[in-house]
Amino acid sequence: MKNWHGDFWYALSTLVMKDFRVRYRNMSLGMAWSLLNPLVMMSVLWFVFTKLYPAGRQEHFPLFVLCGLVPYNFFTISWVGATVSLIENAQLIKRVPVPREVIPIASVLSNCVQLSGQLALVLVMAFVVGVGANRQWIWLPVIWLFFIGFVVGLGLLSAAVDVYVRDLRYLVESANVVLFWLVPIWYGFEQIAPEFRTLYGYNPVAAMVLAMRRVMLDAQPPPASLLWNLAFSSAFMLVIGAGSFRLLKRRFYEYL
Amino acid sequence: MARIEFDGVSKVFARHTQRKLLRGYLHGLLARRHTEKFYALRDVSFRIDRGESVAIVGANGAGKSTLLSLMAGISAPNEGRVSVEGKVAALLDLGSGFHPELTGRENIHLNAALLGLHRRAVDAKEESIIDFAGLADFIDEPLKTYSSGMTMRLAFSVAIELDPDILIVDEVLAVGDQAFQAKCLEKVRQFVLAGKTMLAVSHSTAMIRELCKRALWLDHGKLMMDGAIADVIQAYEQR
Repeated sequence: MKNWHGDFWYALSTLVMKDFRVRYRNMSLGMAWSLLNPLVMMSVLWFVFTKLYPAGRQEHFPLFVLCGLVPYNFFTISWVGATVSLIENAQLIKRVPVPREVIPIASVLSNCVQLSGQLALVLVMAFVVGVGANRQWIWLPVIWLFFIGFVVGLGLLSAAVDVYVRDLRYLVESANVVLFWLVPIWYGFEQIAPEFRTLYGYNPVAAMVLAMRRVMLDAQPPPASLLWNLAFSSAFMLVIGAGSFRLLKRRFYEYL
Repeated sequence: MARIEFDGVSKVFARHTQRKLLRGYLHGLLARRHTEKFYALRDVSFRIDRGESVAIVGANGAGKSTLLSLMAGISAPNEGRVSVEGKVAALLDLGSGFHPELTGRENIHLNAALLGLHRRAVDAKEESIIDFAGLADFIDEPLKTYSSGMTMRLAFSVAIELDPDILIVDEVLAVGDQAFQAKCLEKVRQFVLAGKTMLAVSHSTAMIRELCKRALWLDHGKLMMDGAIADVIQAYEQR
Protein backbone atom coordinates (compact mmCIF):
# COMPACT_ATOMS: atom_id res chain seq x y z
CA MET A 1 0.00 0.00 0.00
CA LYS A 2 1.32 3.37 -0.88
CA ASN A 3 0.89 4.92 2.55
CA TRP A 4 2.67 2.14 4.34
CA HIS A 5 6.36 2.64 4.90
CA GLY A 6 6.97 -0.41 7.04
CA ASP A 7 9.07 -3.50 6.81
CA PHE A 8 7.27 -6.35 5.03
CA TRP A 9 9.46 -9.07 6.56
CA TYR A 10 9.06 -7.72 10.08
CA ALA A 11 5.29 -7.64 9.67
CA LEU A 12 5.32 -11.14 8.19
CA SER A 13 7.48 -12.60 10.93
CA THR A 14 5.49 -11.06 13.78
CA LEU A 15 2.25 -12.38 12.25
CA VAL A 16 3.73 -15.87 11.91
CA MET A 17 5.00 -15.74 15.49
CA LYS A 18 1.57 -14.61 16.66
CA ASP A 19 -0.14 -17.62 15.09
CA PHE A 20 2.47 -19.93 16.51
CA ARG A 21 2.29 -18.52 20.03
CA VAL A 22 -1.47 -18.38 20.13
CA ARG A 23 -1.74 -21.95 18.91
CA TYR A 24 0.72 -23.56 21.29
CA ARG A 25 0.88 -21.41 24.40
CA ASN A 26 -2.23 -22.87 25.96
CA MET A 27 -1.46 -26.49 25.23
CA SER A 28 0.28 -28.44 27.93
CA LEU A 29 1.90 -30.73 25.39
CA GLY A 30 2.52 -27.93 22.92
CA MET A 31 3.92 -29.13 19.63
CA ALA A 32 3.36 -32.77 20.54
CA TRP A 33 -0.31 -32.31 19.69
CA SER A 34 0.49 -31.56 16.08
CA LEU A 35 2.16 -34.97 15.84
CA LEU A 36 -0.87 -36.75 17.19
CA ASN A 37 -3.00 -36.32 14.08
CA PRO A 38 -0.59 -37.91 11.58
CA LEU A 39 0.25 -40.67 14.07
CA VAL A 40 -3.40 -41.56 14.58
CA MET A 41 -4.14 -41.46 10.85
CA MET A 42 -1.03 -43.51 10.13
CA SER A 43 -2.09 -46.15 12.67
CA VAL A 44 -5.63 -46.33 11.34
CA LEU A 45 -4.54 -46.67 7.72
CA TRP A 46 -1.87 -49.18 8.70
CA PHE A 47 -4.44 -51.28 10.55
CA VAL A 48 -7.01 -51.12 7.74
CA PHE A 49 -4.67 -51.79 4.85
CA THR A 50 -2.38 -54.38 6.38
CA LYS A 51 -4.70 -56.20 8.79
CA LEU A 52 -8.39 -55.70 7.89
CA TYR A 53 -8.02 -55.43 4.16
CA PRO A 54 -4.51 -56.42 3.17
CA ALA A 55 -4.51 -54.93 -0.31
CA GLY A 56 -1.68 -52.46 -0.14
CA ARG A 57 1.23 -54.84 0.28
CA GLN A 58 3.51 -51.88 0.52
CA GLU A 59 6.77 -52.38 2.28
CA HIS A 60 7.41 -50.21 5.34
CA PHE A 61 3.77 -49.18 5.34
CA PRO A 62 3.94 -46.71 8.27
CA LEU A 63 6.65 -44.66 6.56
CA PHE A 64 4.92 -45.08 3.19
CA VAL A 65 1.68 -43.64 4.59
CA LEU A 66 3.39 -40.79 6.46
CA CYS A 67 5.07 -39.68 3.24
CA GLY A 68 1.55 -39.21 1.90
CA LEU A 69 -0.14 -37.81 4.99
CA VAL A 70 2.35 -35.07 5.85
CA PRO A 71 2.22 -33.26 2.48
CA TYR A 72 -1.53 -33.80 2.29
CA ASN A 73 -2.12 -32.42 5.79
CA PHE A 74 0.06 -29.41 5.19
CA PHE A 75 -1.70 -28.71 1.91
CA THR A 76 -5.27 -28.96 3.23
CA ILE A 77 -4.72 -27.03 6.47
CA SER A 78 -2.83 -24.27 4.69
CA TRP A 79 -5.28 -23.96 1.83
CA VAL A 80 -8.36 -23.61 4.03
CA GLY A 81 -6.53 -21.32 6.46
CA ALA A 82 -5.31 -19.01 3.70
CA THR A 83 -8.72 -18.95 2.02
CA VAL A 84 -10.46 -17.54 5.09
CA SER A 85 -7.51 -15.47 6.34
CA LEU A 86 -8.62 -12.14 4.87
CA ILE A 87 -12.16 -12.48 6.17
CA GLU A 88 -10.88 -13.33 9.61
CA ASN A 89 -8.61 -10.32 9.58
CA ALA A 90 -11.18 -7.94 8.10
CA GLN A 91 -10.84 -5.54 11.01
CA LEU A 92 -7.14 -5.25 10.35
CA ILE A 93 -7.52 -4.68 6.63
CA LYS A 94 -10.13 -1.99 7.10
CA ARG A 95 -7.97 -0.03 9.49
CA VAL A 96 -4.28 -0.47 8.73
CA PRO A 97 -2.71 0.09 5.31
CA VAL A 98 -0.41 -2.92 5.77
CA PRO A 99 0.19 -4.73 2.44
CA ARG A 100 -2.68 -7.19 2.20
CA GLU A 101 -0.50 -9.97 0.81
CA VAL A 102 1.12 -10.37 4.20
CA ILE A 103 -1.99 -11.93 5.72
CA PRO A 104 -2.52 -15.04 3.54
CA ILE A 105 1.25 -15.54 3.28
CA ALA A 106 1.62 -15.47 7.06
CA SER A 107 -1.32 -17.85 7.35
CA VAL A 108 0.44 -20.45 5.18
CA LEU A 109 3.87 -19.97 6.70
CA SER A 110 2.57 -20.30 10.26
CA ASN A 111 1.80 -23.95 9.39
CA CYS A 112 5.46 -24.55 8.66
CA VAL A 113 6.22 -24.77 12.36
CA GLN A 114 4.05 -27.81 12.85
CA LEU A 115 5.20 -29.08 9.48
CA SER A 116 8.79 -29.19 10.71
CA GLY A 117 7.64 -31.30 13.66
CA GLN A 118 5.82 -33.68 11.35
CA LEU A 119 8.81 -33.93 9.03
CA ALA A 120 10.97 -34.82 12.01
CA LEU A 121 8.45 -37.58 12.67
CA VAL A 122 8.90 -38.87 9.11
CA LEU A 123 12.67 -38.98 9.57
CA VAL A 124 12.35 -40.79 12.89
CA MET A 125 9.94 -43.27 11.30
CA ALA A 126 12.58 -44.12 8.68
CA PHE A 127 14.70 -45.51 11.50
CA VAL A 128 11.76 -47.18 13.23
CA VAL A 129 10.82 -49.21 10.14
CA GLY A 130 14.49 -49.98 9.47
CA VAL A 131 15.08 -48.03 6.27
CA GLY A 132 17.46 -45.60 7.92
CA ALA A 133 18.96 -42.40 6.61
CA ASN A 134 20.30 -41.86 3.12
CA ARG A 135 22.16 -39.18 1.26
CA GLN A 136 19.17 -38.20 -0.86
CA TRP A 137 17.58 -36.53 2.15
CA ILE A 138 19.26 -33.34 0.93
CA TRP A 139 16.49 -33.20 -1.68
CA LEU A 140 13.83 -32.72 0.99
CA PRO A 141 14.41 -28.97 1.51
CA VAL A 142 14.33 -28.45 -2.25
CA ILE A 143 11.03 -30.20 -2.90
CA TRP A 144 9.43 -28.64 0.18
CA LEU A 145 10.49 -25.17 -0.88
CA PHE A 146 8.77 -25.72 -4.23
CA PHE A 147 5.69 -27.14 -2.57
CA ILE A 148 5.38 -24.32 -0.02
CA GLY A 149 5.74 -21.83 -2.87
CA PHE A 150 2.90 -23.55 -4.68
CA VAL A 151 0.67 -23.41 -1.59
CA VAL A 152 1.47 -19.71 -0.99
CA GLY A 153 0.48 -18.90 -4.57
CA LEU A 154 -2.72 -20.91 -4.33
CA GLY A 155 -3.49 -19.32 -0.95
CA LEU A 156 -3.12 -15.80 -2.35
CA LEU A 157 -5.52 -16.62 -5.16
CA SER A 158 -8.19 -18.28 -3.05
CA ALA A 159 -7.96 -15.69 -0.25
CA ALA A 160 -8.56 -12.86 -2.71
CA VAL A 161 -11.46 -14.63 -4.43
CA ASP A 162 -13.02 -15.58 -1.09
CA VAL A 163 -13.50 -11.89 -0.23
CA TYR A 164 -15.88 -11.59 -3.19
CA VAL A 165 -17.43 -15.06 -3.14
CA ARG A 166 -17.71 -16.31 0.41
CA ASP A 167 -18.83 -19.81 -0.61
CA LEU A 168 -15.34 -20.56 -1.81
CA ARG A 169 -14.46 -21.84 1.64
CA TYR A 170 -16.90 -24.73 1.29
CA LEU A 171 -15.65 -25.59 -2.17
CA VAL A 172 -12.12 -25.71 -0.82
CA GLU A 173 -13.16 -27.96 2.05
CA SER A 174 -14.95 -30.35 -0.31
CA ALA A 175 -12.02 -30.35 -2.69
CA ASN A 176 -9.79 -31.38 0.19
CA VAL A 177 -11.99 -34.38 0.98
CA VAL A 178 -11.89 -35.45 -2.66
CA LEU A 179 -8.16 -34.94 -2.71
CA PHE A 180 -7.65 -37.47 0.06
CA TRP A 181 -8.66 -40.15 -2.43
CA LEU A 182 -7.02 -38.64 -5.48
CA VAL A 183 -3.62 -38.33 -3.90
CA PRO A 184 -1.73 -41.60 -3.51
CA ILE A 185 -1.71 -41.56 0.28
CA TRP A 186 -2.51 -45.16 1.14
CA TYR A 187 -1.88 -46.64 -2.29
CA GLY A 188 1.16 -46.52 -4.54
CA PHE A 189 1.61 -44.98 -7.95
CA GLU A 190 2.19 -48.45 -9.45
CA GLN A 191 -1.29 -49.54 -8.40
CA ILE A 192 -2.98 -46.81 -10.44
CA ALA A 193 -4.48 -47.98 -13.73
CA PRO A 194 -2.03 -46.93 -16.49
CA GLU A 195 -4.52 -44.73 -18.34
CA PHE A 196 -4.79 -42.44 -15.28
CA ARG A 197 -1.09 -42.14 -14.56
CA THR A 198 -0.45 -39.15 -16.84
CA LEU A 199 -3.38 -37.36 -15.23
CA TYR A 200 -1.79 -37.92 -11.83
CA GLY A 201 1.34 -36.29 -13.13
CA TYR A 202 -0.48 -32.95 -13.25
CA ASN A 203 -1.40 -32.93 -9.58
CA PRO A 204 1.33 -31.13 -7.60
CA VAL A 205 0.21 -32.68 -4.31
CA ALA A 206 0.54 -36.16 -5.80
CA ALA A 207 3.91 -35.19 -7.27
CA MET A 208 5.03 -34.09 -3.82
CA VAL A 209 4.00 -37.40 -2.25
CA LEU A 210 5.78 -39.39 -4.95
CA ALA A 211 8.93 -37.30 -4.58
CA MET A 212 8.87 -37.81 -0.79
CA ARG A 213 8.59 -41.59 -1.21
CA ARG A 214 11.30 -41.71 -3.79
CA VAL A 215 13.70 -40.04 -1.37
CA MET A 216 12.62 -41.70 1.85
CA LEU A 217 11.89 -45.27 0.69
CA ASP A 218 13.92 -45.81 -2.47
CA ALA A 219 16.91 -43.66 -1.47
CA GLN A 220 16.84 -42.21 -4.98
CA PRO A 221 16.78 -38.56 -6.06
CA PRO A 222 13.31 -37.50 -7.27
CA PRO A 223 13.01 -38.06 -11.04
CA ALA A 224 13.38 -35.00 -13.23
CA SER A 225 9.74 -35.17 -14.31
CA LEU A 226 8.55 -34.75 -10.72
CA LEU A 227 11.02 -31.96 -10.02
CA TRP A 228 9.89 -30.12 -13.14
CA ASN A 229 6.28 -30.58 -12.14
CA LEU A 230 6.93 -29.14 -8.67
CA ALA A 231 9.11 -26.28 -9.90
CA PHE A 232 6.69 -25.33 -12.65
CA SER A 233 3.54 -25.51 -10.53
CA SER A 234 5.26 -23.47 -7.84
CA ALA A 235 6.37 -20.70 -10.20
CA PHE A 236 3.10 -20.74 -12.12
CA MET A 237 0.91 -20.58 -9.01
CA LEU A 238 3.01 -17.80 -7.43
CA VAL A 239 2.66 -15.68 -10.55
CA ILE A 240 -1.06 -16.35 -10.90
CA GLY A 241 -1.68 -15.89 -7.16
CA ALA A 242 0.28 -12.66 -6.82
CA GLY A 243 -1.17 -11.26 -10.06
CA SER A 244 -4.79 -11.94 -9.25
CA PHE A 245 -4.33 -10.74 -5.68
CA ARG A 246 -2.99 -7.45 -6.98
CA LEU A 247 -6.04 -7.00 -9.19
CA LEU A 248 -8.60 -8.06 -6.64
CA LYS A 249 -7.23 -6.22 -3.61
CA ARG A 250 -8.40 -2.82 -4.86
CA ARG A 251 -11.94 -3.43 -3.74
CA PHE A 252 -11.26 -5.45 -0.57
CA TYR A 253 -12.27 -2.50 1.60
CA GLU A 254 -15.77 -2.37 0.12
CA TYR A 255 -16.34 -6.12 0.26
CA LEU A 256 -15.00 -6.87 3.71
CA MET B 1 3.67 22.73 -0.44
CA ALA B 2 0.45 20.80 -0.12
CA ARG B 3 0.56 17.76 2.09
CA ILE B 4 -2.93 16.47 1.49
CA GLU B 5 -4.92 17.23 -1.60
CA PHE B 6 -8.40 16.01 -2.50
CA ASP B 7 -9.50 16.88 -6.00
CA GLY B 8 -13.13 16.14 -6.90
CA VAL B 9 -13.12 12.98 -4.82
CA SER B 10 -16.15 10.69 -4.72
CA LYS B 11 -16.48 7.39 -2.97
CA VAL B 12 -19.33 5.09 -3.89
CA PHE B 13 -20.50 2.05 -2.00
CA ALA B 14 -22.80 -0.47 -3.62
CA ARG B 15 -25.47 -1.83 -1.35
CA HIS B 16 -24.68 -5.42 -2.15
CA THR B 17 -26.79 -7.12 0.43
CA GLN B 18 -26.53 -10.61 -1.03
CA ARG B 19 -23.68 -10.20 -3.43
CA LYS B 20 -21.02 -11.90 -1.36
CA LEU B 21 -22.46 -15.36 -1.83
CA LEU B 22 -22.52 -17.24 -5.08
CA ARG B 23 -26.32 -17.16 -4.94
CA GLY B 24 -26.22 -13.39 -4.89
CA TYR B 25 -24.08 -13.22 -8.01
CA LEU B 26 -26.31 -15.67 -9.86
CA HIS B 27 -29.38 -13.77 -8.79
CA GLY B 28 -27.85 -10.51 -9.93
CA LEU B 29 -26.89 -12.06 -13.23
CA LEU B 30 -30.34 -13.51 -13.92
CA ALA B 31 -32.42 -10.61 -12.70
CA ARG B 32 -30.10 -7.93 -14.11
CA ARG B 33 -31.01 -5.63 -11.30
CA HIS B 34 -29.17 -2.42 -10.89
CA THR B 35 -27.20 -2.50 -7.72
CA GLU B 36 -28.19 0.38 -5.54
CA LYS B 37 -25.35 2.76 -4.95
CA PHE B 38 -24.84 5.49 -2.48
CA TYR B 39 -22.28 8.21 -2.29
CA ALA B 40 -20.32 8.24 0.92
CA LEU B 41 -18.42 11.23 -0.46
CA ARG B 42 -19.49 13.35 -3.39
CA ASP B 43 -17.12 15.66 -5.26
CA VAL B 44 -15.02 16.72 -2.29
CA SER B 45 -12.07 19.03 -2.90
CA PHE B 46 -9.72 20.68 -0.45
CA ARG B 47 -6.06 21.00 0.34
CA ILE B 48 -4.27 20.93 3.63
CA ASP B 49 -0.78 22.34 3.90
CA ARG B 50 2.04 21.12 6.05
CA GLY B 51 1.70 22.21 9.65
CA GLU B 52 -2.05 22.80 9.60
CA SER B 53 -4.31 21.29 12.21
CA VAL B 54 -7.75 20.67 10.84
CA ALA B 55 -10.91 19.37 12.44
CA ILE B 56 -13.58 17.43 10.60
CA VAL B 57 -17.12 17.83 11.89
CA GLY B 58 -20.37 16.26 10.81
CA ALA B 59 -23.15 14.01 12.01
CA ASN B 60 -22.92 10.22 12.02
CA GLY B 61 -22.81 8.91 8.47
CA ALA B 62 -21.67 12.21 7.02
CA GLY B 63 -18.62 10.58 5.47
CA LYS B 64 -15.96 11.40 8.04
CA SER B 65 -14.62 7.90 8.38
CA THR B 66 -14.64 7.41 4.61
CA LEU B 67 -12.62 10.58 4.25
CA LEU B 68 -10.09 9.40 6.80
CA SER B 69 -9.80 5.94 5.21
CA LEU B 70 -8.97 7.60 1.88
CA MET B 71 -6.34 9.76 3.54
CA ALA B 72 -4.81 6.79 5.29
CA GLY B 73 -4.62 4.93 1.98
CA ILE B 74 -6.81 2.08 3.18
CA SER B 75 -9.32 2.51 0.38
CA ALA B 76 -9.21 4.09 -3.07
CA PRO B 77 -11.56 6.77 -4.48
CA ASN B 78 -14.02 5.95 -7.27
CA GLU B 79 -13.67 9.38 -8.83
CA GLY B 80 -11.17 12.17 -8.37
CA ARG B 81 -7.68 12.16 -7.00
CA VAL B 82 -6.23 11.87 -3.52
CA SER B 83 -2.62 12.76 -2.94
CA VAL B 84 -0.93 12.50 0.41
CA GLU B 85 2.72 13.27 1.05
CA GLY B 86 4.43 11.99 4.16
CA LYS B 87 3.97 9.22 6.64
CA VAL B 88 0.43 9.00 7.94
CA ALA B 89 -0.48 7.59 11.31
CA ALA B 90 -4.18 7.01 11.47
CA LEU B 91 -5.43 6.41 14.96
CA LEU B 92 -8.69 5.12 13.50
CA ASP B 93 -8.78 2.02 15.52
CA LEU B 94 -6.25 1.72 18.25
CA GLY B 95 -4.71 -1.65 18.80
CA SER B 96 -5.17 -3.12 15.31
CA GLY B 97 -3.97 -6.67 15.44
CA PHE B 98 -3.82 -6.85 19.22
CA HIS B 99 -4.33 -10.40 20.36
CA PRO B 100 -5.59 -11.23 23.87
CA GLU B 101 -3.39 -14.32 24.27
CA LEU B 102 -0.16 -12.45 23.64
CA THR B 103 1.66 -10.42 26.27
CA GLY B 104 1.73 -6.64 26.21
CA ARG B 105 5.29 -6.68 24.92
CA GLU B 106 4.50 -9.12 22.10
CA ASN B 107 1.50 -7.01 21.16
CA ILE B 108 3.68 -3.91 20.92
CA HIS B 109 5.78 -5.63 18.26
CA LEU B 110 2.78 -7.01 16.39
CA ASN B 111 0.88 -3.74 16.35
CA ALA B 112 3.95 -1.67 15.50
CA ALA B 113 4.96 -3.98 12.64
CA LEU B 114 1.48 -3.74 11.14
CA LEU B 115 1.39 0.03 11.53
CA GLY B 116 4.65 0.26 9.63
CA LEU B 117 7.51 0.56 12.09
CA HIS B 118 10.79 -1.18 11.49
CA ARG B 119 12.13 -3.79 13.84
CA ARG B 120 15.09 -1.71 14.94
CA ALA B 121 12.89 1.29 15.68
CA VAL B 122 10.56 -0.82 17.80
CA ASP B 123 13.42 -2.37 19.75
CA ALA B 124 14.74 1.12 20.44
CA LYS B 125 11.38 2.56 21.42
CA GLU B 126 10.03 -0.38 23.36
CA GLU B 127 10.91 1.02 26.77
CA SER B 128 9.56 4.48 26.08
CA ILE B 129 6.32 2.98 24.76
CA ILE B 130 5.91 0.92 27.93
CA ASP B 131 6.85 3.92 30.01
CA PHE B 132 4.37 6.24 28.34
CA ALA B 133 1.59 3.69 28.75
CA GLY B 134 2.55 3.32 32.42
CA LEU B 135 2.40 -0.47 32.19
CA ALA B 136 5.89 -1.52 33.22
CA ASP B 137 4.56 -3.93 35.85
CA PHE B 138 2.17 -5.75 33.54
CA ILE B 139 3.98 -5.74 30.23
CA ASP B 140 4.79 -9.45 30.25
CA GLU B 141 1.27 -10.49 31.21
CA PRO B 142 -1.20 -11.58 28.53
CA LEU B 143 -3.34 -8.79 27.16
CA LYS B 144 -6.55 -10.54 28.20
CA THR B 145 -5.72 -9.74 31.83
CA TYR B 146 -5.67 -6.00 31.05
CA SER B 147 -8.57 -3.67 31.65
CA SER B 148 -9.92 -1.93 28.55
CA GLY B 149 -8.32 1.32 29.70
CA MET B 150 -4.92 -0.34 30.01
CA THR B 151 -5.28 -1.85 26.51
CA MET B 152 -6.12 1.51 24.99
CA ARG B 153 -3.22 3.17 26.78
CA LEU B 154 -0.83 0.63 25.30
CA ALA B 155 -2.34 1.08 21.84
CA PHE B 156 -2.10 4.86 21.97
CA SER B 157 1.50 4.69 23.10
CA VAL B 158 2.49 2.51 20.13
CA ALA B 159 0.66 4.70 17.63
CA ILE B 160 2.19 7.95 18.89
CA GLU B 161 5.66 6.43 18.63
CA LEU B 162 5.21 5.96 14.88
CA ASP B 163 6.59 9.51 14.62
CA PRO B 164 4.35 10.38 11.67
CA ASP B 165 4.26 13.49 9.50
CA ILE B 166 0.49 13.47 9.51
CA LEU B 167 -1.52 12.37 12.51
CA ILE B 168 -5.17 11.43 12.15
CA VAL B 169 -7.02 11.34 15.43
CA ASP B 170 -10.48 9.83 15.44
CA GLU B 171 -12.27 10.21 18.77
CA VAL B 172 -9.41 8.44 20.47
CA LEU B 173 -8.45 11.05 22.98
CA ALA B 174 -11.18 9.65 25.16
CA VAL B 175 -8.69 7.01 26.21
CA GLY B 176 -7.88 5.87 29.71
CA ASP B 177 -8.33 7.89 32.88
CA GLN B 178 -8.13 11.65 33.13
CA ALA B 179 -4.44 11.73 33.90
CA PHE B 180 -3.67 9.70 30.80
CA GLN B 181 -6.01 11.78 28.66
CA ALA B 182 -4.15 14.87 29.72
CA LYS B 183 -0.88 13.18 28.79
CA CYS B 184 -2.22 12.26 25.35
CA LEU B 185 -3.53 15.75 24.75
CA GLU B 186 -0.15 17.14 25.69
CA LYS B 187 1.53 14.77 23.23
CA VAL B 188 -0.81 15.86 20.44
CA ARG B 189 -0.24 19.52 21.29
CA GLN B 190 3.52 19.02 21.08
CA PHE B 191 2.99 17.34 17.74
CA VAL B 192 1.12 20.36 16.38
CA LEU B 193 3.67 22.78 17.84
CA ALA B 194 6.41 20.82 16.10
CA GLY B 195 4.83 21.99 12.84
CA LYS B 196 3.33 18.70 11.79
CA THR B 197 -0.04 18.15 10.18
CA MET B 198 -2.95 16.91 12.24
CA LEU B 199 -6.53 15.96 11.49
CA ALA B 200 -9.03 15.43 14.26
CA VAL B 201 -12.52 14.02 14.23
CA SER B 202 -14.42 14.59 17.39
CA HIS B 203 -17.82 15.41 18.73
CA SER B 204 -16.17 17.28 21.53
CA THR B 205 -16.12 20.80 20.12
CA ALA B 206 -14.21 22.06 23.15
CA MET B 207 -11.29 19.79 22.34
CA ILE B 208 -11.08 20.52 18.60
CA ARG B 209 -11.49 24.24 19.24
CA GLU B 210 -8.37 24.06 21.32
CA LEU B 211 -6.32 21.88 18.97
CA CYS B 212 -7.35 23.09 15.51
CA LYS B 213 -7.44 26.36 13.63
CA ARG B 214 -9.45 25.21 10.64
CA ALA B 215 -12.41 22.89 10.15
CA LEU B 216 -14.19 20.99 7.39
CA TRP B 217 -17.90 20.30 7.75
CA LEU B 218 -19.25 17.25 5.98
CA ASP B 219 -22.91 16.46 5.51
CA HIS B 220 -24.21 13.45 3.57
CA GLY B 221 -20.92 13.14 1.77
CA LYS B 222 -20.74 16.76 0.68
CA LEU B 223 -18.30 19.37 1.88
CA MET B 224 -20.62 22.04 3.31
CA MET B 225 -18.06 24.43 4.64
CA ASP B 226 -14.32 24.89 4.91
CA GLY B 227 -13.04 27.72 7.07
CA ALA B 228 -11.86 28.99 10.42
CA ILE B 229 -12.73 26.68 13.27
CA ALA B 230 -14.98 29.15 15.12
CA ASP B 231 -17.07 29.97 12.05
CA VAL B 232 -17.51 26.36 10.99
CA ILE B 233 -18.51 25.18 14.45
CA GLN B 234 -20.97 28.02 14.76
CA ALA B 235 -22.56 27.19 11.40
CA TYR B 236 -22.56 23.48 12.19
CA GLU B 237 -24.28 23.97 15.52
CA GLN B 238 -26.95 26.21 14.01
CA ARG B 239 -27.73 23.90 11.12
